[in-house]
Amino acid sequence: MKLVKINEDNCVYCHLCEVACKTEHSISKDIIKAVKKENVLSRCTAEFNYPYSASIMCRHCDDAPCIFACQNGSMHRDERGYVVVNQDTCVGCWMCVMVCPYGVIKQGKNNNDWDLSVKCDMCPDRGIPACVEACPNEALTFEEL
Amino acid sequence: MKDVKTYTPPDFHVIRDPDRCIKCRACVDQCSFDATFYDEEEDKIWNWDAKCVGCNRCAAFCPTEAITIENRTSPYRVNESWGNSNVVGVKKRAAFGGAPVVSMGSDKPYIVYWDHMLINASQVTNPSIDPLREPMELKTFLGKKVDRLEIQDGKLKTVLSPQLEIELPIMFAAMSYGALNYNVIEAMGRAAVDLGTYFNSGEGGLHKDHYKFKGNIIVQVASGRFGVYKEYLDVASAIEIKIGQGAKPGIGGHLPGEKVTASIAQTRMIPKGTDALSPAPHHDIYSIEDLRQLIFALKEATEYKKPIFVKIACVHNIAAIASGVAQAGADVIVLDGFKGGTGASPQVIRDNVGLPIELALASVDDRLRQEGLRGKISLVASGGIRNSMDVVKAIALGADAVYIGTATLIAIGCTMCQQCHTGKCAWGIATQDPFLSKRQNPNIAAQRLVNLVNVWGLEIKETLGAMGINSIESLKGNRLALRGFDLNEKEMEILGILHAGE
Repeated sequence: MKLVKINEDNCVYCHLCEVACKTEHSISKDIIKAVKKENVLSRCTAEFNYPYSASIMCRHCDDAPCIFACQNGSMHRDERGYVVVNQDTCVGCWMCVMVCPYGVIKQGKNNNDWDLSVKCDMCPDRGIPACVEACPNEALTFEEL
Repeated sequence: MKDVKTYTPPDFHVIRDPDRCIKCRACVDQCSFDATFYDEEEDKIWNWDAKCVGCNRCAAFCPTEAITIENRTSPYRVNESWGNSNVVGVKKRAAFGGAPVVSMGSDKPYIVYWDHMLINASQVTNPSIDPLREPMELKTFLGKKVDRLEIQDGKLKTVLSPQLEIELPIMFAAMSYGALNYNVIEAMGRAAVDLGTYFNSGEGGLHKDHYKFKGNIIVQVASGRFGVYKEYLDVASAIEIKIGQGAKPGIGGHLPGEKVTASIAQTRMIPKGTDALSPAPHHDIYSIEDLRQLIFALKEATEYKKPIFVKIACVHNIAAIASGVAQAGADVIVLDGFKGGTGASPQVIRDNVGLPIELALASVDDRLRQEGLRGKISLVASGGIRNSMDVVKAIALGADAVYIGTATLIAIGCTMCQQCHTGKCAWGIATQDPFLSKRQNPNIAAQRLVNLVNVWGLEIKETLGAMGINSIESLKGNRLALRGFDLNEKEMEILGILHAGE
């Protein structure tokens, strides 16, 4: 299974992974509309503590605590092997947010303004995740791990 | 708050299109000069033009192209005889009480002779060559040559001097660990290995990790003697004695203490946090005879197995000086023109002292030929080589190979904003800041350098083919391949070329 490898030594803290993530997960797929109109949440977060910086997103753990904590099976492992959330059944109880050891599950809103879990889905519509493609310094690479 | 007492008009104007700006803060966190900042209360990104150095890092990273950086013209009344730089220069000196330090090569509008020379090509009377179909030789050997080879019983009797073999006549110029950071040196090393050429350690010693590039290293022995010891000399393929640097002839070096990190201190063999001062002269070289002693001391120390380079800055009596250096026993003479770069130099020196490499190279080649020395030693030109045709013209003027420094840095991101001396390089090149240094990924940078030099190699082959030459050796010192235009007679006499149409 291929995962996004975080190469902290190369991260320049430019936030382009976040911008690419927002655009990919927007309805319009337009960079400006995604941020200004749709208020899409980025699934990855660029963290900074001088001189360290890195973009953190779901690690798709083998023993994912979020799947264990989810009360109705909304958080599940899909056919590709990645941990994803079914937004049609998520009730927004935030247990996944509580147990995530990396703090990468966010509280987002769906179209009905209902609070839902939002997390990295490894961009099912594209070959390489958007964050990896946008990274200018190979700080994120898509590798077999 | 703006300091009115030291105010001079900003050089740049940063324009932000509010419709396009998505406040992603890529620009804010990329700016290492604090010219861009985010106001949380207003939820707005602001720019401070006075701090902008025009490095274009923010514009490059802006995902929506919301940022445009413009050169501001001087708001002062136009005065052709003073020019803006002199007015601002006076104001800065008066305000700060110190001599301004600058970096990179001189940006003054001196004539660039490369741009006044045209290259020949074959038509009808001699055939041109297609480099894609026929072999084209760019291999160059640097080192002392013999007049004739003696062969006895089918074997070479003459003892040859050590030679540097380079796949194409381009090497990476001396840029020290201290001026550049670890990642950039790593990238240059990897590129040199890939290309079959050499990178120069500069005067700052060589980090132990970079000893792995053995076989592709030229080490420098400069007036500060930083990091010079047995292993350093052993790991090198050639040793370069740096007498002068084109951007600052007659001036030493100064790496400020704050840049001397633990790793640099260890490499340079000086205490951490102390200023690394390279004296202006070598304190043991006050004559050609003294230089000869150092050359042979280094040869002794390396058992006569490595060629010794001597790098001199181009100054007025360069031909006589180069002749002296050749007679002192140097295997290779490196000429550094006044457009060469630097990590820090007093502004007046950078902009006013020295000679253009084109004239110096031509006059040195002439003098060495007259004295019968040119065939014995090799000449390397550096300082202001901007493209592959500059390389061709330099070789036609008499060089064996060239060093590229500024072009190396531009290839990996440098935009020549001339802030190397501040240590805040936003492109992560001339900085020791661990956060900024991360901006150079050796994998990417090495690949870019390999691409650049390979493309230059292809372009050189293409040009040689057009000239009907299949080896770079045949171009060496072949000034008939060049014609000048827009030059006066004296200039053409020194360059040793004919006028276009002749």
